[in-house]
Amino acid sequence: MLSKKEKQLIKQIWERLTPVAENIGAEALLRMFASYPGTKTYFSHLDISPGSSHLFSHGKKIVLAIAEGAKDISQLTVTLAPLQTLHAYQLRIDPTNFKLLSHCMLVTLACYLGEDFTPVAHAAMDKFLSAFAAVLAEKYR
Amino acid sequence: MVEWTDAERSAITTLWSQIDVAEIGAQALSRLLIVYPWTQRHFSTFGNLSNSAAIIGNAKVAQHGKTVMGGLEAAVKNMDNIKKAYAALSVMHSEKLHVDPDNFRALAECISVVVAAKFGPSVFTPGFQEAWQKFLAVVVSALGRQYH
Repeated sequence: MLSKKEKQLIKQIWERLTPVAENIGAEALLRMFASYPGTKTYFSHLDISPGSSHLFSHGKKIVLAIAEGAKDISQLTVTLAPLQTLHAYQLRIDPTNFKLLSHCMLVTLACYLGEDFTPVAHAAMDKFLSAFAAVLAEKYR
Repeated sequence: MVEWTDAERSAITTLWSQIDVAEIGAQALSRLLIVYPWTQRHFSTFGNLSNSAAIIGNAKVAQHGKTVMGGLEAAVKNMDNIKKAYAALSVMHSEKLHVDPDNFRALAECISVVVAAKFGPSVFTPGFQEAWQKFLAVVVSALGRQYH
């Protein structure tokens, strides 16, 4: 469970990153494709080469959804309801991939936030992203 | 047998040459204990691990982090036979210490995050991350070999 302080910390971090959402999102995706090439199979309809407009627009979408969820973590199941349906019935992405993207997102945050990405922030963010992934996978079966 | 491209070899050795083992080792191990608190079960003799400040300030955590990075150095120096270089370590972790091998993966992830925070996006690029995490995955697999 996330403490009040952790929730506040997560909200602050995503507020800070919202203006650069497309850079953060594109970079996390790029890192995921490089380190876990199997994840590219879900993006065969897009141009996922470094710097492509698809990569930026999709990365932005992901980061904005995460930031939206971070605004009120207690309401995650409500905020994510449309995305739950989308992933479970249309995209059908194997939910194990959420973990891979979460890790690459943590690495991206570490890269950009440097020392500000403290162990406490890291722990809180890891918990939040696991919760986010779990909620996203809830409708699958 | 793992195959490394020249780019991967060079990324791993370049990164390694810039790593301060005491600094990165201490940071990575303390993050493991803070982010995945169940890993503390193996460190009952380390004294106070009751909160993040205590873990970060714990000298035994720092010392052991450095030891772990020494193990990683052995892998960097034996990239073409990590399995053999890790044979004794694997026996120790499985048969003596009884560490759940999933902990190795968790520590590897913490090492990547700490390295990313230290070097930033211009050094720890997606390509470097790919090489580095492939290397860590091979190390984790070698360390877990005795369990199979």
